[in-house]
Amino acid sequence: MKHIIVCMKQVIDPETPLSLFKIDSETKKALPPRGTPPVLSPFDENALEAALKIKDTEEVSITVLSMGKKLSKAVVRSSLAVGADQLVLLEDPAFEDLESTQSAAVLASAIRKIGDFDLILCGIQAADTNAGQVGHGIARILGIPSVNIVRNVKFIEGGGKIEVERVLPDGYDIITVDAPALVTVSYEVGILREPGVEGFLAATKKPLTTWKAEDLEIDPAQFQKIEILKLYCPERTSQCEMIEGADIDAKAEGLVKILEKEKLI
Amino acid sequence: MNQGKGILVHCEVSGGELSGIAKELLGIGSKLASDSGKELSAVMIGAGLNGAGQEAVAHGAQKVYVVDHPLLADYLTDHYLQAMERVVEAAGPEIVLLGQTTVGKDLTPQLAFKLNTGASMDCVGLEIDPDNGRLLMTKPVYGGNALAVQICRTDPQLATVRVKAMPPAERDDSRQGEIVHLDIEISEAAARQKKVGEERDSALGIRLEDAKAIVAGGRGIGGEEGFKLLGHLADELGGVVGGSRPACDNKWISDVVQIGLTGKIVGPELYVAVGISGSSQHMAGCAGSKVIVAINTDPEANIFKYAHYGIVEDWHSIVPALTSRLKQSKGG
Ligand SMILES: Cc1cc2nc3c(=O)[nH]c(=O)nc-3n(C[C@H](O)[C@H](O)[C@H](O)COP(=O)(O)OP(=O)(O)OC[C@H]3O[C@@H](n4cnc5c(N)ncnc54)[C@H](O)[C@@H]3O)c2cc1C
Ligand SMILES: Nc1ncnc2c1ncn2[C@@H]1O[C@H](COP(=O)(O)O)[C@@H](O)[C@H]1O
Repeated sequence: MKHIIVCMKQVIDPETPLSLFKIDSETKKALPPRGTPPVLSPFDENALEAALKIKDTEEVSITVLSMGKKLSKAVVRSSLAVGADQLVLLEDPAFEDLESTQSAAVLASAIRKIGDFDLILCGIQAADTNAGQVGHGIARILGIPSVNIVRNVKFIEGGGKIEVERVLPDGYDIITVDAPALVTVSYEVGILREPGVEGFLAATKKPLTTWKAEDLEIDPAQFQKIEILKLYCPERTSQCEMIEGADIDAKAEGLVKILEKEKLI
Repeated sequence: MNQGKGILVHCEVSGGELSGIAKELLGIGSKLASDSGKELSAVMIGAGLNGAGQEAVAHGAQKVYVVDHPLLADYLTDHYLQAMERVVEAAGPEIVLLGQTTVGKDLTPQLAFKLNTGASMDCVGLEIDPDNGRLLMTKPVYGGNALAVQICRTDPQLATVRVKAMPPAERDDSRQGEIVHLDIEISEAAARQKKVGEERDSALGIRLEDAKAIVAGGRGIGGEEGFKLLGHLADELGGVVGGSRPACDNKWISDVVQIGLTGKIVGPELYVAVGISGSSQHMAGCAGSKVIVAINTDPEANIFKYAHYGIVEDWHSIVPALTSRLKQSKGG
């Protein structure tokens, strides 16, 4: 059976209202907002959906791989509830706030330990780093080809190759790539399906493995290339002029006058 | 000069001419080069590049490396990486800058991992640290809610630059520079990736990135019908329609016109945001617009922190009113 590994990162909910978003400039990281649980990074959910779409059409096994200092089991288990088959968690204090090169090294070593695979899926970028690098690093370390920013992925030629639609500014290219390969998945794939009640029940019976840094015999510190010197929130002072008016037409007229004044019409 | 070491910028060429981001990269590259007393070179990879090298010189490149090969007509990771590595080997740069574009988003991390160095993606600010000469790279994190200033400990230091975040270089045809053609051997047979087809969105009229005016709709529009009305408004303004992520996710409008962090980055003269709350991920794509007008029922909406003009109103009534007003003012 073909094996797909999906890399899913747990992040602070990126839709947290700005008023609740706080950083600690001392430690240079964002503080998890009170009462808002973490989520799976949105594009990683798209990546899982891409894997499930393949599973809809042929027999495959899906492993979800997630790394962090401390992971919420409820959050990662939600991936099993929608149809992933097993979970591999990498949890260790040494895995906190890694930069891309380090994350790629740790994830690649875990993938080697997991063993055989036909396809690795990542999100186009994590919602916290906004980087889009880790997938490339994993592919390079494992010596497999990769395709970036993809909206559709399937096995062809019995699994020897993978065919993807790579997103471009004005459409997409169809690319074939030798398997095993790594593909980064974009939102165009569609949002992750909702789990049913049976899904949640089945999830509790699916295997979950946890590895620490020593299980992988890896010290992420040695891979660090990028260093954060400073983290800050940009100031934003409103300069908005509100257009008032007795009724709709008065407001419309008010705006048209402004557009004329600004020479925009 | 530092033994040919210096700053290398990757210039994308489209239709035989330098792309907008290429000029922006040459602009920031020139600034960094003069701040640090280094040389500025450019690299171009593609097929049939012709006069684009001279154009890069006119925009400030002292040296231009050109890799021109029929198999480089379409972007494929392995081929472009091979070409880029060849140029980096020849130029030996300390800093390499690319655009945060389809090509840059793939090529940059690939190159970083290949050269065993690091990269900062989607930078909106770049400067040289006067104390140690390292590149200080400022990039949005947490969807733009925060900014991080990063350095790369190893050379070459790689960064991609956000589109429209930096002023383009001025053209000056009297500038002189050297153009170096490099050959690489690539074979189609050895390629692990192959392009087997393509699909282009022909519905796209004016490119969003080139539009003078954009009317963008969000979740507040509620359906496909509403976007037709936004279309009429855009017509009157001589512009085009775009959308926020939920609008595209719901298929009210094509994915190719999504604006934001993970969509298009636009900078029109006029940006009218209708039923859009103003998340930092959306604003990442349009905050550079000259005049932003927001239409929203919620006076507390975040969009009013970015907008220059605001109307608190239901779009159902104000959009048609505006459209007919504009029609009248044109007619009379
Ligand atoms: C990693 C990541 C990347 C992302 N990238 C992007 C991106 O590229 N682009 C993007 O847009 N989003 C992106 N998002 C999503 C983003 O966080 C927001 O969820 C999204 O921008 C919200 O879209 P919206 O403003 O249309 O919807 P909402 O936030 O739901 O806002 C709808 C607004 O419409 C108003 N409204 C409702 N009814 C009416 C009416 N009748 N008349 C007038 N106003 C009305 C409401 O008051 C509200 O302010 C990204 C998210 C993540 C996590
Ligand atoms: N800690 C992590 N655990 C699992 N997957 C990760 C982790 N960090 C990054 N990834 C994967 O790599 C992708 C790109 O991350 P980034 O380079 O940080 O933007 C994400 O969308 C995930 O698929």
